[in-house]
Amino acid sequence: MSETADKVKKIVVEHLGVEEAKVTPEASFIDDLGADSLDTVELVMAFEEAFGVEIPDDAAEKIQTVKDAIEFIEKQQASA
Amino acid sequence: MFAPGFAPRRVVVTGMGIASPLGLGVEHVWKRLINGESGISAIQSFDVKDLPAKIAGQVPHGSKAEHGLDLNEWIPVKEQKKMARFIHLAWVAAAEAIEDSGWAPEDEEGRRATGVMIGSGIGGLETIQEAGALVANGRTRRLSPFFIPSALVNLASGQVSIRYGFKGPNHSAVTACATGVHAIGDAARLIALGDADVMVAGGAEAAICELGIGGFCAARALSTGFNDRPQAASRPWDRDRDGFVMGEGAGVLVLEEYEHARRRGAKIYAEVIGYGMSGDAHHITAPAEDGDGGYRAMKAALRSAGLSPADVQYVNAHGTSTPMGDDIELAAVERLWGDAAKGLAMSSTKSATGHLLGAAGAVEGIFSILAVRDGVAPPTLNLENPSRESPIDRVAKTAQERPIRVALSNSFGFGGTNASVIFRGAP
Repeated sequence: MSETADKVKKIVVEHLGVEEAKVTPEASFIDDLGADSLDTVELVMAFEEAFGVEIPDDAAEKIQTVKDAIEFIEKQQASA
Repeated sequence: MFAPGFAPRRVVVTGMGIASPLGLGVEHVWKRLINGESGISAIQSFDVKDLPAKIAGQVPHGSKAEHGLDLNEWIPVKEQKKMARFIHLAWVAAAEAIEDSGWAPEDEEGRRATGVMIGSGIGGLETIQEAGALVANGRTRRLSPFFIPSALVNLASGQVSIRYGFKGPNHSAVTACATGVHAIGDAARLIALGDADVMVAGGAEAAICELGIGGFCAARALSTGFNDRPQAASRPWDRDRDGFVMGEGAGVLVLEEYEHARRRGAKIYAEVIGYGMSGDAHHITAPAEDGDGGYRAMKAALRSAGLSPADVQYVNAHGTSTPMGDDIELAAVERLWGDAAKGLAMSSTKSATGHLLGAAGAVEGIFSILAVRDGVAPPTLNLENPSRESPIDRVAKTAQERPIRVALSNSFGFGGTNASVIFRGAP
């Protein structure tokens, strides 16, 4: 697993209070990890803070799974 | 508004919960109060070097077994950050009160007949302070989506209703230091008028932060002369008093329609028999010097109870330990009680807890109920040299066993808002 993936997983565990094993790449924040819409807003802000990236609202709406988050952040980092 | 022949219903107290500077848990806190212990100490949670007041009544950290507060024992970690501290304290006190009452509605009808009215004087002040710092540092975009629902006063009621599924009236009193009494009185009236059968009512406050201490210091309301002797700082009616000591905590009562409580065999602590309110229409922070506001609130409470002053054996005073307020309240009680003042006991438990602002009236309401239950008037600590004499026994320094059948509790707030509530022993 990449360093980014590791860090994303850690943030998700911390913010949503879920077990690490449940945070699979396919896991949906809302459907699988018990987040509500405000939780996902906060999660995206935590990603921005941790990775020093900016995630605009329209992009944030498309980040629904752990994998979506990792891919978006890695793409941002590659283009930076 | 009401059908012909409508008669108000009787309201009793069937559950109580406290988080306070004397610890968590009603019986534990009451025992310490009666023993004459103080919950005031030096502020440790932030740097007080720029503040003239350096002490407060803080809810002790610790495990449930130690009667302290360890949030992880009470609230899921994920939920904790969605609530400011005053909601944490409300949650803890509500949990104790609801469990104590044994009321756990199993059907929709029961849930809809159960409401919540937990108020706060200020709400999530520390959370607002932290959010303000983000804005001041040009980081407005970093405001948490939980900032507003964490700081809003009525989210104490909201969170408790969500946790327990209580779908009845959901309301919050916000009347500064009179909040707790208004919450009890208004919630009791909702039951009396038929809007609910059960109300979880009370107040919560957590304003011990730079903004809270600094703000009340600026208003010249806090004690500043006893920073080296915290436990001596709250000294209602004493000639050396120099302001109130800020406290934090929450008090929550389960109020219930009498027949409803009786049918389910609930333990009944007391009956809420009187409630009165008034406004000073005088000044934003200072009480009117003639004490007429407090006088009229107490008189209205007695009228609603159908009692005369001589029927009341104990008053839990507002008594914050400010130079002006204490003697004004004392004079108002003397005027109202007249010849009956000789037989009256009146104490200020803020001498032990500090002033819990919006939670004060609820916590002191519980103390008043326990004074009736046990026939004990809790002491006014540090009352060594009264600034003036009075025929009223102010229970200086040591608790007193007294026959107490009826107790009245006062709370007065900034803005000139006054409220009194009266409890009688279980019917």
